[in-house]
Order: sequence, then structure tokens, then C-alpha cells
Amino acid sequence: MVRHDEINKHKLQICKELNPRAVNVDLQTDATLQVDISDALSERDKVKFTVHTKSTLPNFKQNEFSVVRQHEEFIWLHDSFVENEEYAGYIIPPSPPRPDFDASREKLQKLGEGEGSMTKEEFTKMKQELEAEYLAIFKKTVAMHEVFLCRVAAHPVLRKDLNFHVFLEYNQDLSVRGKNKKEKLEDFFKNVVKSADGVLVAGVKDVDDFFEHEKTFLLEYHNRVKDSSAKSDRMIRSHKSAADDINRIASTLHSPLPLLFSNSQKIEARVAADEDLKLADLLKYYLRESQAAKDLLYRRGRALVDYENANKALDKARAKNKDVLQAETTQQVCCQKFEKISESAKQELIDFKTRRVAAFRKNLVELAELELKHAKGNLQLLQSCLGVLKGDT
Amino acid sequence: MAASSERSPPPFPDSEEPELLEDSDEGADAFTGTSISEMDSPSPDSTRPPKDIFNEPLEDIFSDPLSNINSEPQKKVDTKIPSPSSDEVVDLFSDPLDDDSEVISSPEVQNPMPDLLNEPVQAPKSDVLGEPPVHKNAARQQYIFEDPPKGSSKSSSVKKAASAELFGDEDEEDLFKELPKVVTKKPQPLGPPVDVFTEVKSDVKVKPQVKDDPTDLFTEEALTAPAPKPSASSSSSRTNGVHSEEHDLFSEATVELSLDSPRNDRKKKDAVKPSVSAPVAPVASSSSKAPSKTLEELEEEESEDTFDLNISVTNPEKVGDGMNAYMAYKVSTQTSLTMFRSKMFTVRRRFSDFLGLYEKLSEKHSQNGYIVPPPPEKSILGMTKVKVGKEDPSSAEFVERRRAALERYLQRVVSHPSLLQDPDVREFLEKEELPRAVSTQALSGAGFLKMLNKATDAVSKMTIKMNEQDVWFDEKIQDVENEEQHMRKLHIMVESLVNHRKELSGNTAVFAKSVAMLGSSEDNTALSRALSQLAEVEDRIEQIHQEKAANDFFTFSELLADYIRLLGAVKGCFDQRMKAWQRWQDAENMLQKKREAEAKLLWANKPDKLQQAKDEIAEWEAKVTQYEREFERISATVRKEVIRFDKEKARDFKRQIIKYLESLLNSQQQLIKYWEAFLPEAKAIA
Repeated sequence: MVRHDEINKHKLQICKELNPRAVNVDLQTDATLQVDISDALSERDKVKFTVHTKSTLPNFKQNEFSVVRQHEEFIWLHDSFVENEEYAGYIIPPSPPRPDFDASREKLQKLGEGEGSMTKEEFTKMKQELEAEYLAIFKKTVAMHEVFLCRVAAHPVLRKDLNFHVFLEYNQDLSVRGKNKKEKLEDFFKNVVKSADGVLVAGVKDVDDFFEHEKTFLLEYHNRVKDSSAKSDRMIRSHKSAADDINRIASTLHSPLPLLFSNSQKIEARVAADEDLKLADLLKYYLRESQAAKDLLYRRGRALVDYENANKALDKARAKNKDVLQAETTQQVCCQKFEKISESAKQELIDFKTRRVAAFRKNLVELAELELKHAKGNLQLLQSCLGVLKGDT
Repeated sequence: MAASSERSPPPFPDSEEPELLEDSDEGADAFTGTSISEMDSPSPDSTRPPKDIFNEPLEDIFSDPLSNINSEPQKKVDTKIPSPSSDEVVDLFSDPLDDDSEVISSPEVQNPMPDLLNEPVQAPKSDVLGEPPVHKNAARQQYIFEDPPKGSSKSSSVKKAASAELFGDEDEEDLFKELPKVVTKKPQPLGPPVDVFTEVKSDVKVKPQVKDDPTDLFTEEALTAPAPKPSASSSSSRTNGVHSEEHDLFSEATVELSLDSPRNDRKKKDAVKPSVSAPVAPVASSSSKAPSKTLEELEEEESEDTFDLNISVTNPEKVGDGMNAYMAYKVSTQTSLTMFRSKMFTVRRRFSDFLGLYEKLSEKHSQNGYIVPPPPEKSILGMTKVKVGKEDPSSAEFVERRRAALERYLQRVVSHPSLLQDPDVREFLEKEELPRAVSTQALSGAGFLKMLNKATDAVSKMTIKMNEQDVWFDEKIQDVENEEQHMRKLHIMVESLVNHRKELSGNTAVFAKSVAMLGSSEDNTALSRALSQLAEVEDRIEQIHQEKAANDFFTFSELLADYIRLLGAVKGCFDQRMKAWQRWQDAENMLQKKREAEAKLLWANKPDKLQQAKDEIAEWEAKVTQYEREFERISATVRKEVIRFDKEKARDFKRQIIKYLESLLNSQQQLIKYWEAFLPEAKAIA
């Protein structure tokens, strides 16, 4: 049997060995606060990230420090942003996806069970494959978490958040627990209400053309990104299985061909992996990001509706001459809130767009370059192989 | 290769003997005629031109034996086989022929003869035509007679199937003792046929030689139009499976050609010509084709297509309606072989005709140990789909797949030198209307009978316990078994690759659409543009994936499927050999019993029955020897066939894989082009 720990105890110097920002969101990094994940440790069912901070901000006791954080703590941080009314006018950086090693772990289990039925070479080969796959998922997870932190650190307002500072500095367990069933149920209802409300709010015609435009754009964009992301996933999955097939063919061939096939498998696999990294991940990230932007618009729309309702209430109160003062204050509050949201939201959405364009540019260029690189490599391989074949008449 | 089959003179089938003698008489007449002296006179000259034309090794090969043969045929023959020359010609002539005639039914041999008789230039032609092979055979026969013990002991111990080495080495050794000059020639024909051709081809000087007066050649051919027919068929019937002999003829032809083309204004020239023109025809045509092709292409083509017979199966067409509908294919043949009536002809055949051809061929040839290429399998499901369905892509794919498989099947059949000679093959290719093959239907009574036969075969196979004496066969059987397993495994994987590629292509198409949509909703113009460009790129990549899938399938997967079937046929050959062995053993046992019975009778002192017992013993002894010979013959054939098969397989695989890789290369180049075009678009996003 393969012991899980064998694989799970991979300790990785992620940020040093791999392009640290898989999904580059093109942040203006500034020297006052730099956050990265310097290390990550995968244990049985959780991943421990070592969050490393370098800062000249006075809030921190030291200039450089590291803490160990888990995925749940990232989620806590994210939720604390979302729940904070203060940040209603900002696009909250999307939370990192939960590390999902189940699929590859399951495969590993199967491999362990099938150990007797295959040859040793096949077994080692399969194991290596799985390990590589596991590693890739692992790296990706780490990168996603890092991107979240970087986004927060680069945000002019969120970076000053107290919770964020605690998250970075407090060197003990934050003892956030996962949500229990009741809370999850509540969340579910909240979401239902929110999406129903979202439909209502979306139906309200916006006074501001900019927001009206953004709203329609984002709704459409989000759906399409979602679609593309799903499709790219499927494409990459079949690409990977094709590469696996080539690999298996390579292992059954003899003469000079296995070399060709296993090399071409490597290239195919790498093409698939790079597409995954540059294309699918990009789309996935923007799926979440556009969701966050949509949320922002929802909050603004909500505020607008509230504001309008407050106006109506004020009118009513004035007509009845009753509770006018209270209605006035409510109206004032709503107005302020709406205006504040609108003001920051406009900037946020413009930023979102620039960020998006820049990220797409970077990733697409890289994708094209990598595709070219692999295609050329493959071409060379084929040429040399043909040369060999034609040579030995 | 031929050694073991010929070393013990094969039994002479009674039915064929008179005819054979007849032809050989024909040959003998001609042979004793003037032509020998005629041949003698040019032969000294003949050593000159070859020297000019061919470089050193070839000169050795061709000129020496030729001069040897041509200048002193009489003497050689005398020394070798002590018999009057005319008789001996009969011997020589009939020996190799009867060897063939056992394999090829007698009509084959018969056919050319009447033609020959009708020839105006009959006598001189047949003599020239007959001569070179006779001498060759004389030489071979002689070497064969000389060293049977060595050959057999060695051949069984030699492991690798590399025929060239196996026989070439021995020949060298043995022949050096006897015939130092012929030796140089011997290994050549027995070695890989490619050598002859590559040498001839790489030596470009030959071409000018031929091309200098191609008109002459062709006019000559035209003049003696009927002549090539018998000569080609009889000479190639003599080649009979021994691929290399074809090259012998061929090379000799070239040599003769070269000595003729100088045109020494000999009056007998015409007498020499006809024989030359026949074998030369392929040479001339192929070498005239030469300039238009690259050298390696030519070499490839030359080495594989010695018959100059191109068959293509095209235009699948649905005939009829409903469940009685069937697909008809156009079978076009293009050839310069003289055994066919014209150079180009086309017939329409349906699938069951192909199956029928196979049935006929396998009935005739497989019991002799020949590997009869199997046709593609019947597919009731696929065909029903075609019958019922209108124009859906899967049935179109099915039809195309079958068409390609049928084409390959026919090409395999005709590339087999002895199957090509089969009248059924010719009929299949040439005849307008074929009687409908009835026994090929899977669900018919004949099909049921066939199944029953197969079942009994399988049972008897299990009961036969053959203790293999021959290491070569032992290993080969194992090899074939392993190879089949291997190929099946590989085939499954390739199929899965094909499926995944198709899936990938489908998913890429969907993704491309999705990206296009995304691009249309993107409000940054440059990004929107880039995304729609990306969609286009993905669209093209989808095409590439589709091509790759088709490529995987048609060049790789189908090749494997073919060879899985062919390996089945090879196994069938081994089974035939085993059956022959079983027959022999049974006869041996029977003889033993009879002998015991005789001993008992002796003991019991019953003289009246003794005579009968003795007769029976004699009868069984004859049977034992006959069966033993049959077994040996079949062993030799199987071995020859398997070696040929291996060679063919290696060539096929290599060719297909090169084709496969080339198409991969092509798609890779396209891919690069697409991405290169996309890169500036991506960079233009601002």
C-alpha cells in the first residue's frame, strides 16, 4: 500500500521554485507591505501555509515575520471583509478555493488497491504521475491563497484592516472554526434571499449610466466567464487524458518509438498543464472576481433601493407629518451610504477593468508563448525522430 | 529459404507431369536450338556494358555469373548433373516448375503455353526466356543438392529470422567450395530484395541507359506485344513466392538490356529482344517515372512494388434500398504487368465479393502454409447503420474506414507473389461480373458450417501435442503469440487515444464558441479582439485535433487492427504445419502397427496373410514418406512466408509510422503558425 503521508508530506518551497503568482492580477506592489506564502505543508487533510510578511508599517511590531495559517483562516478573513459594512463599496478580493486533493487522493487509493495487478514499472509510473498531479494541485492551491493575500495587501483600504493585521501577525492559532450546520443553513437562506433580492435589485433602473452599463456588462460577463471556465476545464481534462494515453502507448512500444512517445507525452501534458495554468485558472479567477464585482453592484443596488425607500418614507412622513425627523435621518444615512458606495464602487470597477485587461494580456501572451515553445519542441522532436527513422534503412 | 523445400525432390503429382514434360520439351527444343550459340556470342560483350553501368559490387554480381552462365552453360550443366543435355534440361525445367505447380494450380502453368505456341516468334523467345532461369536454377539446384545436411542442421539452430544472414552465410560457405563464381551471385538474390534495387537505383547511370532509347524499348515491346504475356507469367510463376528470384530476373533483364541497347546491329537482336522487353517493362516505366520523384521515395516504392501493380478502392456507393442495400466499391487497377489484359481497368465489387475472394484463396492456399491476408471483418452493426441511416457522420466514417481497409487488403493480396498468380485474384480484378459470393453471409447456413468447422479445428488443435523439433519454429510461434498480445494491448490504447482526441476536439470547439461569446461581451476593444482571435485559434486547433484523431485512427489504429488479423493468419499457418505434422505422425504410428502385425504373422507363421501385410507396410511406408515430405514442404513454405511477413511488417510499420509522424509534424507546424499569429494580438491588448 502506498502510504498517504508519503505524498502528503510534501514540503514545498513554493514561492521560490515556481512562478509565484499563477494568476497574476498585476498589483502595484509597494514596499510598505509585502505578503507572500513562503512555505506550505500538506498534512492528512489540511494544508498549512506559512504566511510571510515584510512591512515598514508602524502597526506591526517587527519588520519581518511569519505565521502559520490554514485555509479556514483565510476564509474567516474574507468573510470578515464581506460582513464589514465599511467595505461595502469595495470589491472584496475573492476568497481562495478550498484545497481539493480528494480526487487525486482517491486515485492514489485505487492505485494502492490495484498494486498487485500491474507490473512494477507500471506501478511506479502511475505513482509518479499521481504525485506530479498532486504536486500541481498543491502548488495551485498555494498560489491561489497567496494571490488573495496579495490583493488584500495591495488594496488601499483593506490593507489597513485590523483583522488582516491580526491574521498576519498573531503567531498563534486564530481558532476560527468551520461553520456548523446551523450556520451553514443560515448562509444558505441568506444566499437564497440575496439572489432573489439581487434579481429584484437588478431590475431597478439605475440612475447612473455608468453603473447601468457596468451592471449589464457584469451580468453577461459573469455568465460567459462561467461558461468559458467550465468549457476550458473540460477541454483541458480531455487533453490530459489524451496525454495519458500517449504515455501508456509509450510504455508498451519498443524500438526507438517509446522515447518519442514519452517525450511527446511530456510535451502534451505540459501543454495541458500550461493551458490549465494560464487559461483555465485565469478564467476561474475572473469568474470569482466578477462575482465579487457583482456583489459590489448588488450592495450598491441594495443601498440605492434603500435610499429610494427612505425617500419615499420621508415623503410619507412629511405628508403625515409624523416621525419626520427619524425618517430624515434614515434618509440621510441611506443617502450617505449610497453615495459612499457609489463613489468607491466607481473607482473599484474601473480598477477591476484595468486589472482584468492587464491580467488577460499577460496570461494570453504567456499562453501563446508557451504554446509556441511546446509546439516547437514537439516539432523538433518529431523531426529528429523522423530523421532517425528514415536514416536507418 | 528454398533449401529445405527443394532439398528432397518433391513428389511429382501425376496429373501435372505430362503437361510439364510437354512444356519442358518445348523448352528443350528451343534450348537445343540455335539460340544458345547466339547467346554465347553476345555474352563476352555483355561483360563490358555492365561494367560500365554498374559499379564494382554489381559488376561482380551480374557480370560474373552472367558470363559464367552465358559463355559456358553447357559445360556447367554437364558437370553438375550427369545426363544428356536435352534430358537434363527437362529435369531442370520441370523441377523448379513442379515445385511451383504444387503450389499454384496447374492451369496456371498451362495457360501461358498455348499462347506461347501461338506466338509467331515462339521458338527463339521461349529459349531466351527460359534460359536465364534455367541456369540459375541449375546453379541453385546444384547447391541445394550439395549441402542438405548442413543446411538443415544449421537452419534449425540458427535463431534469428534474418533470412539473408541465415542463408547468405551458408551459401557463401558452401558455394565457395563448389562454384566460387556463382557465390557472389547467390547471396544477393537471397538477401533482402531491397539491396538489388537500391543498388540499381542509386546507380543513376542505369537510368540514362534505359532512357537513351526508351522509344526503342517500347516499340520493341509493341512489336512483340503478345510476347510479354507468356514470358512474364511463366517467369513469375517460376518465382513462386521467392521474392528474390524476381529480382534475379529483373537484374538479368537490366543487364541484357544494357547489352542490347548499344545495338550492335545484330540480326538476331529481335530474337533476344522479346524476352528482354517483358521483364524490362516495369523497369522502363519505373525509371521513366524516376525523375519526377525524389530518390528516397523511389527507393521506397521500388523496393516494395516490384510488381508495378497499383490497386485502389474508391467511390463507395450505396446500391439498393432497405436491408437489401449494399455498398459497392470501385476497384481500379493500374499495372504494367503483362498478365493482365490491359494497363488500366476498373470493376465494381461489393463487400461480400472481397470476402468471397478471401474464401477462395484461403481454401486453396492456406493448407499449403501460405499466409493469406484476411479481409476486414464483417460488421453487421456498422452496415445496418449505413443501410438504415441516411447521411450521418458515423456511417460515413464507417464506409471510409472499410474502403481503406479493403484497399489495404487487396494491396496485400497482390503484393504476395504467389497469390497474385491465382486466377481468382485476376478474375476479381478484371472480370466485369462476378458470381455472387453466397457463403460469406455471417448468418447463412454456410456461415454456420464454417463456425462448426472452426470449432472442430479448435478442438483438434488442443488435442494435438506437437513436440517441436525446430527451434526456429518454436521461438517464432512464441514470438507471434506475444506480438499479437502486444498489438491488442496497443490497439486498445490507441483506440482510447483516438476517443480522447475526438473528445478534445469537441471540447475545444465548444470552448472556442464560449470564448467568442466572452469576447463579444468584453467591453475593452483590444481585449475583445484578442479574445475573438483566441476563439479563432481554438477553432483551428479543434481542426488540428480532429485531424490528429483521424490520423491516429487511420494510420495507426487501423494498421494495428490489420496486423492483429494478419497475425491470426500467421497462426493459422502454424496450425496448418502442425496438422501436417500430425498426419505424418499418424501415418508413422500406423506403419508401426502394421509392422507389428507383420511380426505377429511371421511368428504365427501365416504366409497367406503375410503378403497382404507386406503390401500394407509398403503402402504406409510410402504414405509416411509422402506425409513427411509434405510436412517438410509446408514447414519450408511457412518459414518462407513468415520471413516474408516479418519483412513486410517491418516495412509497413516503418512506412506508416513515418507517415504518422509526418502528419503530426504537419499539424505541429500549423499549430505554430496559429499561435504565432495570435501572439501579436495578445500583445496588442492595452
